[in-house]
Amino acid sequence: MKRTLTPYAALLPMFVTVLVGYIGSAVWTLGMSMTASRTFPSSRFIGLAQYQRLFDNERWMLSLHNLAVYGLLFVVACLVIGFLLAVFIDQNVSGEGVLRTVFLYPYAMSFVATGLVWQWLLQPGDGIDSAVRALGWRDFRLDWIVDQDMAIYTVVIATVWQASGLVMALMLAGLRGVDPEIWKAARLDRIPAWRVYLQIVLPMLWPTVATVLLLLATAVVKLYDAVVAMTQGGPGTASEVPAKFIMDHLFLRSNVGLASAGAVVLLVPVLALLAPYAYARSRRAAA
Amino acid sequence: MSLHPQGVAQSLPAAAGEQAPARPRSRRWRPARIGIYAFLSTAALFFLLPLYVMIVTSLKSMDEIRGSGIFALPLAATLEPWRQAWSTVCTGAACEGLRTGFRNSVAITVPSTLLPILIGAVNGYALSFWRPRFANLLFGVLMAGAFVPVQVMIYPLVRVMALAGVFGSLPAIVLVHLVFGMPMMTLLFRNYYCSVPQELFQAARVDGAGFWRIFIRIMLPMSLPIIVVAAIIQVTGVWNDYILGLVFAGRENLPMTVQLNNVINTTTGTRLYNVNMAATILTALVPLTLYFASGRWFVRGIAAGAVKG
Repeated sequence: MKRTLTPYAALLPMFVTVLVGYIGSAVWTLGMSMTASRTFPSSRFIGLAQYQRLFDNERWMLSLHNLAVYGLLFVVACLVIGFLLAVFIDQNVSGEGVLRTVFLYPYAMSFVATGLVWQWLLQPGDGIDSAVRALGWRDFRLDWIVDQDMAIYTVVIATVWQASGLVMALMLAGLRGVDPEIWKAARLDRIPAWRVYLQIVLPMLWPTVATVLLLLATAVVKLYDAVVAMTQGGPGTASEVPAKFIMDHLFLRSNVGLASAGAVVLLVPVLALLAPYAYARSRRAAA
Repeated sequence: MSLHPQGVAQSLPAAAGEQAPARPRSRRWRPARIGIYAFLSTAALFFLLPLYVMIVTSLKSMDEIRGSGIFALPLAATLEPWRQAWSTVCTGAACEGLRTGFRNSVAITVPSTLLPILIGAVNGYALSFWRPRFANLLFGVLMAGAFVPVQVMIYPLVRVMALAGVFGSLPAIVLVHLVFGMPMMTLLFRNYYCSVPQELFQAARVDGAGFWRIFIRIMLPMSLPIIVVAAIIQVTGVWNDYILGLVFAGRENLPMTVQLNNVINTTTGTRLYNVNMAATILTALVPLTLYFASGRWFVRGIAAGAVKG
């Protein structure tokens, strides 16, 4: 069959998007990270000086620290809660459809709306804080959102509430795909259900778990809206995250060079996450 | 959507729970059943709590909010906070309520849904049936791009848009949504068309039909299910977007999410929690309605978009 040029023409938007939107932009950012760009791009090459500045910057180091704490807690909490919900729903319960709807609806909400609701719930003196005190528990205090050491955990709570329904939905789909024979065999051998889930079913679900991990991990690196809505990085700089550091330095503090260096650093964990995944896929494709 | 499921999937895997539960479990051991329901209802309460608090808060007057607890039902329910949130609250310099933001979000979402779906469909079709050289490499890079934080690309895109003279306008924000929506849209259609028999395509080719004719006459008419899924994903994603709208849309076109954040986080003086919560519900209403109305389709979209091993 004669090959025509039409398919190439049809793929032109995709070609331009990849070349300009993704690769070109990323390379440009990489280039700018090695210049002294302030408000406008500059072509003065200064090597890795911006990276040195970046890692001497207290606010950046705090952002990285927060991201590590947040990321670990967020991923673990989403996985555990999502898996538990899926397993409990999988017990042939009545009202399954309602339960699934209830656990997943926060996922339809934006991070901005999520952050704002939880900001109100956790408002000291007005929110859950005073409601519990009104119940008679006079010494109760819940002021994490204005506490320098605890603010980042409030972001964890809000985003876990938003995202764990997604994990539940994906895990439940995985559980429903498990061969019923396994359950018959396990029952014959009188293995308790919780052990079957942990030691047989969970390992079988590893592709689903890998998927979920990848989705959650990229969400961690992208964390921005929820922090802006909930704490604006505060109190002070206590809940700053790298994505916000970059945005602030790009558009508020006119330090494009430093911000670009931050963006490139943020690219590293993403590539580290994608590489093994791409490798596994290409091996499976070859097999 | 910030936590947007994307990756490589088979076409439209069945949504969770569409099959009947596979194994009949014994219902004999009562305490365990009670434990299961106790766990599930506690969890359901936790998930519903913010929605409940949002709704009751939005129906109270500020006096009542100060006087009663956050969980108390409104004694004298009022829709006044909703009216203020919609038409008089300050979203920055202007005090015209969230209705301008709503209008902007609609103006952004409609083209930012139609255009990416159209281009995604063409991409998916070309990738699955015509297989041009280097196309798979291109697709691979596009998919990897979906995982990269927008901060890596955002400043160069701002410069390019400024150079083209469209920065801070409706076309700019639509174009940016096209760029960042393309991986997901292409993936959905590519996987969907991969499940269409090649023979159908070959037969049309033998009959002399060309690229566009096959696409418009054969492929598009059978794409309705995946178009619905793509539309749900894209509408939710674009409506819930904050960062792109903030940077690219320009002062005149700021979407509802950005204006909502302005209402709550940049106003000075006493905070009107009731108005804030009404504003939050108003902003979340479109994706929530879509979610509750589309039910299984929404879950299906998530499953289709999630990376399958």
